[in-house]
Amino acid sequence: MTTAADTGTRVSSWRLLLGNPVTVVSAAILLTIVVVAVTANWIAPYGVNDVDVPNALQPPTGTHWFGTDELGRDVLSRVLVATQASLRVAVISVAIAVVIGVTIGVVSGYRGGLLDTMLMRVVDVMFAFPVLLLALAVVAVLGPGMTTTILAIGIVYTPIFARVSRASTLSVRVEPYVSVSRTIGTAHAYILGRHILPNIAGPLVVQTSLSLAFAILAEAALSFLGLGIQPPQPSLGRMIFDSQGFVTMAWWMAVFPGAAIFVAVLAFNLVGDGLRDVLDPKQRTMIEARRKQ
Amino acid sequence: MTRLVTHPIARFLARRLLYSAVVLIGVLVVVFALVHLVPGDPVRIALGTRYTPQAYDALRTASGLDKPIVEQFFSYIGSALTGDLGVSFRNGDPVTVILLERLPATISLAVAGIFLALLIAVPAGIWAALHEGRISDAIIRVASQFGVSIPDFWMGILLIALFASTLGWLPTSGYQPLLDNPAGWLRHIVLPALTVGLVAAAIMTRYVRSAVLEVASMGYVRTARSKGLTPRVVTFRHTVRNALIPVLTITGIQLATILGGVIVVEVVFAWPGLGRLVYNAVAARDYPVIQGAVLLIAVLFLLINLIVDLLYAVIDPRIRLS
Repeated sequence: MTTAADTGTRVSSWRLLLGNPVTVVSAAILLTIVVVAVTANWIAPYGVNDVDVPNALQPPTGTHWFGTDELGRDVLSRVLVATQASLRVAVISVAIAVVIGVTIGVVSGYRGGLLDTMLMRVVDVMFAFPVLLLALAVVAVLGPGMTTTILAIGIVYTPIFARVSRASTLSVRVEPYVSVSRTIGTAHAYILGRHILPNIAGPLVVQTSLSLAFAILAEAALSFLGLGIQPPQPSLGRMIFDSQGFVTMAWWMAVFPGAAIFVAVLAFNLVGDGLRDVLDPKQRTMIEARRKQ
Repeated sequence: MTRLVTHPIARFLARRLLYSAVVLIGVLVVVFALVHLVPGDPVRIALGTRYTPQAYDALRTASGLDKPIVEQFFSYIGSALTGDLGVSFRNGDPVTVILLERLPATISLAVAGIFLALLIAVPAGIWAALHEGRISDAIIRVASQFGVSIPDFWMGILLIALFASTLGWLPTSGYQPLLDNPAGWLRHIVLPALTVGLVAAAIMTRYVRSAVLEVASMGYVRTARSKGLTPRVVTFRHTVRNALIPVLTITGIQLATILGGVIVVEVVFAWPGLGRLVYNAVAARDYPVIQGAVLLIAVLFLLINLIVDLLYAVIDPRIRLS
């Protein structure tokens, strides 16, 4: 049941979010990137693998806005389609991390005891590996490719979501409405779905946005190393790798794919920061206090 | 003796060491499992076109993969704890020797990177916090947000294009050992260290800024101000000194992150460190080298975090008492 107080909080959350111009602009940029990525195959002016050697290494012109690469392929079309692949990898891998990580974290935090200790030690072990190194190790074992990249990034971000959701669950678990619900014999599954999950959603939304930014960077890094998305499908990381030999004579080959990664990551980071300002209670109190001054 | 055990730092140290030992065992299990999770026969895959039945048998025996898995596990753990990480599938060299050859290059890059990061982040973060809400604060915050969002390998390539290929001030890639040729080492390390350091500086600036802001709102800073101390004394003796304690943690975390994340930067700058070793080992399916490098980096990661926690406990009594 939604109370009037709930509705009020939600409305003021939206108002606070929309009152931050940086968040609004970055959300608009993010929306544009998503729309462009989804429609990439239709709006790309050329085929991503249309080789046109006589027109290789052409600088940006009216016919090729982002110029052409060493094989005469249109850089704009490749950037558009590669952005789509990059977002797809980021979204699916973070979704995997959210589902597995939140399940582990919530169950661990709610049940406590030996199960909690064991699950958290597994999470600690995963945290002992640097993110990119663990992703690289997973790809080294399973072989390169888009599916492996998704799996690798999903695995390395799972412990973060487990920790965030466990910490939030621990603080929500002791709230009176949860204790009362348990006392009157409400089923655990109902308590988890009705009381715990909605109340830990704030930090998870923030973490999701920031993780999407890191997932794009991780995918680009793996593709740069030749272990992520494989040719003939274009990837932003690999386009940057291929540009290395031509960077002084064809700057556009390096600049545009890199700029696409940068803008997408920046937008996710800024939206994440904006969401944190509103959804993280400590930050929120500071903003409200400042507004009243 | 009893006094030593009951000393809060000794107890904290014991607890923290025990925790690290548990995590280390978990790390060893994961690293051991790596080669066994490879779909198919890792030795057959590693040999590729060099496959002959004799070469296959020889490599399988040399790597111990012909033994039962439980025996392999205990033998791996035992050997790893004594510093024996097996032999490379590619050339039969001991993995430990290969890793130790590459370690100095990675450590010098990580240390140079973190040094640059501190040089930028500490003054920038303090400045931003002391000028909160002003234009200079906004500029520093935007710059740090940009730094966090830039792919490091892209920045490395752009730096090479500008400072090496176009202006010709610095070499495009390569490495010179510090002790053999200090000037050459410095010329070669500037661009990779800048690439690593700028990204770390962007993250650390945000931490320094928020740490200074948090301390500035504390009661003792207000007291210091109200008893008539000059703003300079309040800022540097009370605010910044205390704010640098959490900065120590983030410096440690960043150093560990750099050690684990330099793979791509090492590839861009042809830097002969651990990262490039892992990259080449993945391409050659040299599983013992991958396992060894992953283990070494994870252990360094754990060690740095342990040292930071201990330093933190020594500096801030609240941590060890909690």
